[in-house]
Amino acid sequence: MADELVLLDFWPSPFGMRVRIALAEKGIKHEYREEDLRNKSALLLQMNPVHKKIPVLIHNGKPVCESLIQVQYIDEVWHDQAPLLPSDPYQRAIARFWADFVDKKIYDHGTKIWRTKGEEQEAGKKEFIECLKLLEGELGDKPYFGGENFGFLDVVLVPFYSWFHAYEKCGNFSIEAECPKLIAWAKRCLQKESVSKSLPDQEKVYGFVLQLKKVFGIE
Amino acid sequence: MAKSDVKVLGSWPSQYVMRARIALNIKSVSYEFLEEKLWESKSELLLKSNPVHKKIPVLIHGDKPICESLIIVQYIDEVWSSGPSILPSDPHERATARFWAAYLDEKWFPSIRSIGMAQGEDARKTAIAQVEEGLVLLEEAFGNCSKGKPFFGGDQIGYLDIAFGCFLAWLRVTEKISGIKLLSEANTPALLNWADRFCSDAAVKDVMPDTEKLAEFGKMVIAKMRGAAPPK
Repeated sequence: MADELVLLDFWPSPFGMRVRIALAEKGIKHEYREEDLRNKSALLLQMNPVHKKIPVLIHNGKPVCESLIQVQYIDEVWHDQAPLLPSDPYQRAIARFWADFVDKKIYDHGTKIWRTKGEEQEAGKKEFIECLKLLEGELGDKPYFGGENFGFLDVVLVPFYSWFHAYEKCGNFSIEAECPKLIAWAKRCLQKESVSKSLPDQEKVYGFVLQLKKVFGIE
Repeated sequence: MAKSDVKVLGSWPSQYVMRARIALNIKSVSYEFLEEKLWESKSELLLKSNPVHKKIPVLIHGDKPICESLIIVQYIDEVWSSGPSILPSDPHERATARFWAAYLDEKWFPSIRSIGMAQGEDARKTAIAQVEEGLVLLEEAFGNCSKGKPFFGGDQIGYLDIAFGCFLAWLRVTEKISGIKLLSEANTPALLNWADRFCSDAAVKDVMPDTEKLAEFGKMVIAKMRGAAPPK
C-alpha cells in the first residue's frame, strides 16, 4: 500500500524546513502544501486544532504536529534510510537536549533582533550570540553535530541559517565574525542537496522580514 | 548495578524530578537521591552537571549527566530496555504522547501557575478558564490514548501518564488554595479516576508529595516571588 504523506508548511518557517530536510534525507515522496497563515486552511485547523500551526505532517490521514516530534517520527518510521538520531541512548539524550535548547532560545532571541530596537534589540543580539557560541562548543571539531554524519541536531539547527542574513541586517552585526565555526558548519550542510533544496534564499527571507516589520510598524 | 551508579539530583516538591524517579521505579532501578535545597545556593555537582540551565532534575548515570525531565524519561526507557516499556511502541502513538507532553509543559502547566500568581479576581477567573479548557482537551486525549484501558499508556503507566501525572500534586494544591475543583465528575470524569489510579500506583506513591506539605511550600514560594527575588 502506498504511503500518503502531506506536509502543510509555510516557506520561511525554520520549523517547516526541518521536516523538509528530514523527508529529503530519507528520499520520502510527499505532497507539499503552502499555507497562507492569514487564511489558514480547513485542513490545517482540523489536523492541528490545539495549536493551529504549521508544520503539520499528515501520514495516511493521521496528523503529526510539532517539528521535533515530526523529525523523530520520520526517523522512526523510515528507520532504514539515513538515520538521524544516534543509536546510543546517551548520544540521543545529548542530541535531544541541544534540540530542546535550540527551541527554547534561538527562535526567541532571533525574533528580538528583527522585531525590537534599542536596548531590547542589543540584549537579543547578545543572548543570540551567546547561544550560538554554546552550540559551537557542542560542535567542537566534528564536521556535523551528528559526528561524521549529518544528524538530528544538524536538521534542527541549520534552518535558522536561512534567517542569519536578515538578523545581521536588522541588528547591524556579523554572525560570522562571532561564530566562524558555526558558519563553516552551515555552509558544509548546504553542500547537501536535502538542505539546499529545503532552505529558502537568505535575501528572500530578508525581504519577508522587511514586510513583517512594516506590518508590525517597526522601523 | 551498584546503587551509587545512578543518581538523581532533585528536590521533593519538583514535578519534573518526580518524572525521573517514577521512570526509574517502573524499571526497578535503584538510585541515590541527592536533595538540592531550593532557594539556597545550588550544589557544585548541579552546576557541573547542568552548566547550561543549572536546573533539576539531573540524572547522573555513571559519570554521564542527562538533563531535562522528558529527555531523562526517554533515556531511562532506552537504557533499561528489558523493563516495562514507557514510550508506546507504535510511532504514531509515540508522536501523540510526545505532543501532549510538550503541550503540558509549554501551555497547560504555565496556566496552572498563573492561577497562583493571579492578582485580582478577573485575572484569576481567566487563568482558571484556561486550565479548564486544557483539561477538556486532555480528557479527550485520555479517551483516544487509553482506548478503554486504565492509563494513557494502556494497562500500565506510560510516558504521558508520567508527564501529566507529576502535575497532580500541584493541581491538588491549587484546588485547595483557590477552593475550586479543576478535576471533577461533571467535567473530567475519566481524568478524575485516572488521577486516583496514577497516584496509588506502586511506582508513584512514594515520590508524590503530600498535598498539605506541598501547599505550605507553595505559599512560601508565592510569598518569595511577590516579595524580594530569591537568592540566585
